[in-house]
Amino acid sequence: MKKLITTVLMLMVVMQLFAQDQGSSVVNTLAGSEKIYVVVVCVAVILLGLLFFLFSIDRRLKKLEKKS
Amino acid sequence: MYKSWWKILGAILVIYSTVFGFLSSVPALPILHESIRNLYFHVPMWFSMIVLFSVSVFHSIKYLSTNNEVHDMKAVQSVNAGIVFGLLGIVTGAIWAKFTWGQAWSFDVKQNFAAIALLLYFAYLVLRNAIDEEQKRAKIAAIYNIFAFPMMVVLLFVLPRLSDSLHPGNGGNPGFNSYDLDRHMRMVFYPACLGWILIGYWIYTILFRVSSLEKNKIV
Repeated sequence: MKKLITTVLMLMVVMQLFAQDQGSSVVNTLAGSEKIYVVVVCVAVILLGLLFFLFSIDRRLKKLEKKS
Repeated sequence: MYKSWWKILGAILVIYSTVFGFLSSVPALPILHESIRNLYFHVPMWFSMIVLFSVSVFHSIKYLSTNNEVHDMKAVQSVNAGIVFGLLGIVTGAIWAKFTWGQAWSFDVKQNFAAIALLLYFAYLVLRNAIDEEQKRAKIAAIYNIFAFPMMVVLLFVLPRLSDSLHPGNGGNPGFNSYDLDRHMRMVFYPACLGWILIGYWIYTILFRVSSLEKNKIV
């Protein structure tokens, strides 16, 4: 029992260490490595946006094909 | 419209700028670090948006002088394409701001005015949908567009410079010097702008072709 309590207490210490970290782990990863991942995310956002736009144009063309 | 060398040029320039945007050397900057490479992706979005809105205003003026509805359709479709680029610009800007300014939306003057400029163009689309009669719609929308364009330029390039902003090129700073834009960066940055502008124009021509097909099918 004593061992268990000490283990839990030690874990609590670790929790406090985690609590000192600012932000989520995702944010920390993006801010690390000289912030190169910020660029990766922005490029991915641009690609996704343009792909969604492509899909919307595709939908309009499909409607036209159905009519003709 | 079927001469497509400029589309290939745009594609090559965008591929070149993406590859060398990640691989080329950049100056060591304190807060930005490697995220300065976003310059090759975030800024060309806004430049493409401005070019597409200029195309739109050109066709709005053409519409008012000729009353040809093709010009009205061109004006709408270039606004549609431009708004997509503006949205991408504002989203990438917010992501970049999150990791360099500390907050995605810090109510910085540049961010606020960019959002208002986009809202101006959303209003253009809403205004169009609100009017049923075609000729009236085209005329009112063209006049609105001619007023919205200088407003957009003032919101993006004049008002942010009058007050302090975190965004480079504002708060009295000249545009490019504050980036410490060196020779290597210019060699990627200018092709990136030209490439994305060409891709934006390409998207606009596709939208225009689809909408003119739609028009022919209904009539």
